[in-house]
Amino acid sequence: MSSSFENEFRASATKLTADLRHRALIRTSLKGYEKNRDEKRAGFQSWELARQAAAEAKWEAVNHLDKYLLEFVDNLNKRGSKVFWASTAEDARNYILNLAREKKARTIVKSKTMTSEEIHLNAALAGAGYEVVESDLGEYIVQLRGEAPYHLVFPAMHLTRKEISYLFHEKLGTPETNNPEELTMIARRQMRMKYCQADLGISGANFAVAETGMISITENEGNARLTTSLPKIHVALLGIEKVLPKLSDLALFLPMLAIAGTGQQLTCYNSLMGGPRQPDEVDGPEEFHVVLLDNRRTQILADAEQRDALHCIRCGACLNVCPIFRNVGGQTYGTTYQGPIGSVITPHLRGLEDWKHLSSASSLCGACSEICPVKIELHHHLLHNRRNAAKLDVGRLDRIASGAFAFLVNHPKIFAMAARLARFLQPVHRTVSGSKIDPLLAWTRSREVPVIAKKSFRQYWKSRQK
Amino acid sequence: MSQREEIIGRIKEALRFKAHRPGHVQASSYGARTGATPREWLPLVPGDHEGQVEAFARNCRELRTRFFRVGGLSDVKDNLLELKNAEDWKLIASHHAPMPDAILPSIGLPVVFTDNRPTTQEIERADVGITLCDALVAQTGSILLTARSAGGRALSVLPPHHVVIARESQLLPDLPAAFELLQKTYGNDYPSLITFITGPSRTGDIERILVLGAHGPRSLTVFLLPDEK
Repeated sequence: MSSSFENEFRASATKLTADLRHRALIRTSLKGYEKNRDEKRAGFQSWELARQAAAEAKWEAVNHLDKYLLEFVDNLNKRGSKVFWASTAEDARNYILNLAREKKARTIVKSKTMTSEEIHLNAALAGAGYEVVESDLGEYIVQLRGEAPYHLVFPAMHLTRKEISYLFHEKLGTPETNNPEELTMIARRQMRMKYCQADLGISGANFAVAETGMISITENEGNARLTTSLPKIHVALLGIEKVLPKLSDLALFLPMLAIAGTGQQLTCYNSLMGGPRQPDEVDGPEEFHVVLLDNRRTQILADAEQRDALHCIRCGACLNVCPIFRNVGGQTYGTTYQGPIGSVITPHLRGLEDWKHLSSASSLCGACSEICPVKIELHHHLLHNRRNAAKLDVGRLDRIASGAFAFLVNHPKIFAMAARLARFLQPVHRTVSGSKIDPLLAWTRSREVPVIAKKSFRQYWKSRQK
Repeated sequence: MSQREEIIGRIKEALRFKAHRPGHVQASSYGARTGATPREWLPLVPGDHEGQVEAFARNCRELRTRFFRVGGLSDVKDNLLELKNAEDWKLIASHHAPMPDAILPSIGLPVVFTDNRPTTQEIERADVGITLCDALVAQTGSILLTARSAGGRALSVLPPHHVVIARESQLLPDLPAAFELLQKTYGNDYPSLITFITGPSRTGDIERILVLGAHGPRSLTVFLLPDEK
């Protein structure tokens, strides 16, 4: 049975793969990234050993997650931060909503966090009457458009400057311009006002350092630094898998995330926050809250075979190399996390039945596993998902078809008869192939039927024996 | 049962089954972690100080950070006076420390000191934020600073131009050295904010075209001075 999510995926994928303008836009967008990424990787003494070391650091953290999480939380508590453990998306939403209510917040600024997309935080806050502003430029653009981010790292990469200019003109009343710099300055001015008003700043985190009780945020624009510094309260929302054992692990992870993510040696700002403003400091938030989200991550953890999917640092590199992503586009997935990593983890986070089709939307070329900076076996996991889905849901027709096939290949005489019959019928079939009355339409719609040889191998073999 | 206990319980239950070590499918010649440090895989940095200054300068050029290696504080002052005229500064923001205190009075502009806890708006009105730092990193062209060493959190990100004054001995070869320094300097009492600044604020969110000054400073200037005798 195909789920409604699958039907939506098919419809959107069919439309976008034929959209040459979209394909050209994505191709040009990624060209500079590919060049920079490869240059910077080549600058490493050994990118391959660095990948292995990063994978091992993540393995250590994820396979002793209880120990490192508790260490992280103890260190946070020591310095006056508040930690909330959220089992579900709803728990996390409620905590943040209550906090906003309790502190009588009015304006809330957010810096980019995919985890908040996962728990649909914006809708919950807006529904409760709060003004929520995304401060990352790309996120701000898709927020104004009322749509989901296109890409984990480049949320608005599917839009041209013309479309963005028109959007700003419509929503903000600014004059139209084709200059990316002017467009960026429009957002900068809008956001400056919001930063000074906001009472609550919400951020995500790229890493959580157990050893020192700090979160680490990687960004380019400076919006995360402003979001976490100016409002009186800072809330960081992060998945429990973000933990790294040691502070010095970042010496490896910060450049690897930047290179894999955007092709930079290091992004512009890599900030560590370990608490509210300390007694000898001149500014910073009065309160620092950390929300640790499970939301079925422990289900991935329980699947030892796919546990390494929790090593993911959300760099987006697997999206950028994926031939499927590049053709169907990020929003077609209908998930928070797009591309190969999204196809692997979404069935765990939101149910295999509804999301198994994503694992079939793959050529299994393995480009994702090869590029992954923490060596997640992505395309193997797509196969694991397919296997698990097949166990879960074998349709009656499938069962009859495989039963018939098994019978056929186990009875040589009947098989030979069937082959003769097929050879006879094929020319007849060719006259209707691909049309509406074709009984094999499900196959022939997108594929060719192989031509059955004039002489079977057995016949050939027999003729040679004479 | 608290949520903390529930989640930790689920984790412990999940971890009863062991997972393969990384690299069991994609073969790797040796366990990278045993005894080795990231220094062995990260980009190579020259071993001598002059080579490191050169590497830092090269990274700055690529990042569009303005880098000046100067002979002394009076050169910093002259450069600041030039910048003041070129960019038409009217208000400076900084923090109290011997170096800024020595040169700021001769610039001839009003100065907001974050030590006096000005409002966000007052810092925002400044044309430039002048700070010290903890270290410079040659490998990446980064400036390492903290809420304690650089006058708080807002000063280095809110004004449109950030000027950093550093001493030659503050230049470190690479990222591992920067994290060693943090551990040595702060021990168990870390500032609430530590940040690596690598170039002026930027974005590529519109058609992946680079634009400087997205939300943070449009310009970043670093002065490198000889150590005090």
